[in-house]
Amino acid sequence: MSFHLSYRAEPGNPWFSWQYVRDNSDTILAALREHASLTARAVLIAAVVALPLAVAAYWFRSLSGPILAVTGVLYTIPSLALFAFLAPYLGIGAITVLSVVVLYALLVIVRNALAGLGQVPPEIREAAEGMGYGRWGRLFRVELPLALPGILTGVRLATVSTVALVTVGVVVGRGGLGQLIFAGFQNNFYRAQIMTGTVLCVLLALVLDLLLAGVGRLLTPWLRSR
Amino acid sequence: MNPIEQAVVWLNDPLNWTNPGGVLDRLGEHLSISVAAVLLGCLVAWPLGLWLGHTGRGGGMVVLVSNVTLAIPTLALLTILPLTFLGFGRPAVVVALAVFAVPPLLANAYTGVRQVDPEARDAARGMGLSGGQVLRRVELPLAVPYLAAGFRTATVQVIATAALASFVDGGGLGQIIRAGFGLDIAAGGGQIIAGGVLVAGLAILAELLLAVVERQVTPGPLRPARRRANRRAADATAGG
Repeated sequence: MSFHLSYRAEPGNPWFSWQYVRDNSDTILAALREHASLTARAVLIAAVVALPLAVAAYWFRSLSGPILAVTGVLYTIPSLALFAFLAPYLGIGAITVLSVVVLYALLVIVRNALAGLGQVPPEIREAAEGMGYGRWGRLFRVELPLALPGILTGVRLATVSTVALVTVGVVVGRGGLGQLIFAGFQNNFYRAQIMTGTVLCVLLALVLDLLLAGVGRLLTPWLRSR
Repeated sequence: MNPIEQAVVWLNDPLNWTNPGGVLDRLGEHLSISVAAVLLGCLVAWPLGLWLGHTGRGGGMVVLVSNVTLAIPTLALLTILPLTFLGFGRPAVVVALAVFAVPPLLANAYTGVRQVDPEARDAARGMGLSGGQVLRRVELPLAVPYLAAGFRTATVQVIATAALASFVDGGGLGQIIRAGFGLDIAAGGGQIIAGGVLVAGLAILAELLLAVVERQVTPGPLRPARRRANRRAADATAGG
């Protein structure tokens, strides 16, 4: 994504300027769109990969130790280092950013989904078994619905942290709103641009979080009466 | 030569370590920034967390703080703070990193005091201890495993985010990675990976070292609680 930013001289370098927003609305929207699409794709991919992993760890207890250990170590690795490991192979571009944020989102979702599945009371599992549910039927009709709050917590956490993490993508030139923040810093420390990028970032995280909270409420009607 | 071989060559060149702006200089910067940020975070978060836990109020605030900081990009704080009264240079970077150290420290201090057995608290009261004495002699010692778990999470996170200080030329090991990206990816690939290895190695080393410290400061009878404290710490934070 290339940026065409126009800087009209303004006295005093204000923290916010409508004039800046008006002059650069196309660029700002493009950055926002890229940021949102990177986040959405990353969380979607991460959730699709993470759920089977969590179920595998839940079914085969011997797998849960290694899976938790690997995700724990990966989580310790700083994001910039992960960019450094992947960029020489994946190149400078969106694929690198996507891979890094997917990895982090994956860890968060796996851990929370596993915690959610672990909280299914053994009595309920046994009752389902006694009613004749097989392994898969029990998983889809009983265990996954009961683990849904944990899974959704993981997806929400992953979404919010992904929005923040995408900005680090500036290191490979695809940081969405991060590009705006970074360019603002480099162009004579243009406060209005840095602030616009930051506020949009936080707002995007907030809106996506509320959206997912709403989806969660719709999906778990039995929790509402409490 | 593939990037990994280049990285090995880069790391084996002694000049890359000892030159001005080499690995040793950057390591020193990285450590001093991180230590200052963690100390500043502890100074703010621990008294507040312990006090909130003692009074039993503000649980909502603790959650709010960690949720809000989760949504703020590190890059944003690193670029905004130098433009405020803090000015360019070390203080702005340290404050930016300290902000991200606060949530795990605060959350763990709070839960550490809250999880103290109410009977122990009542017994202390019954023995005539005042509120402050209960906090200092009963709740604080029992919260130590949680404080240590929070300290570990916060330190590892600060060391990780300190790598991003390089975006605003704040120094640290991230500078090596950024310099590599500044070259062409074919020419700088080795240096980029070498920098990544150094940053990741430092974070993992800190994690392992502090895990030992955490075990040492946890009194024997409280050790089973360690696992739970770790999970709390992991839940309290997320994001790079």
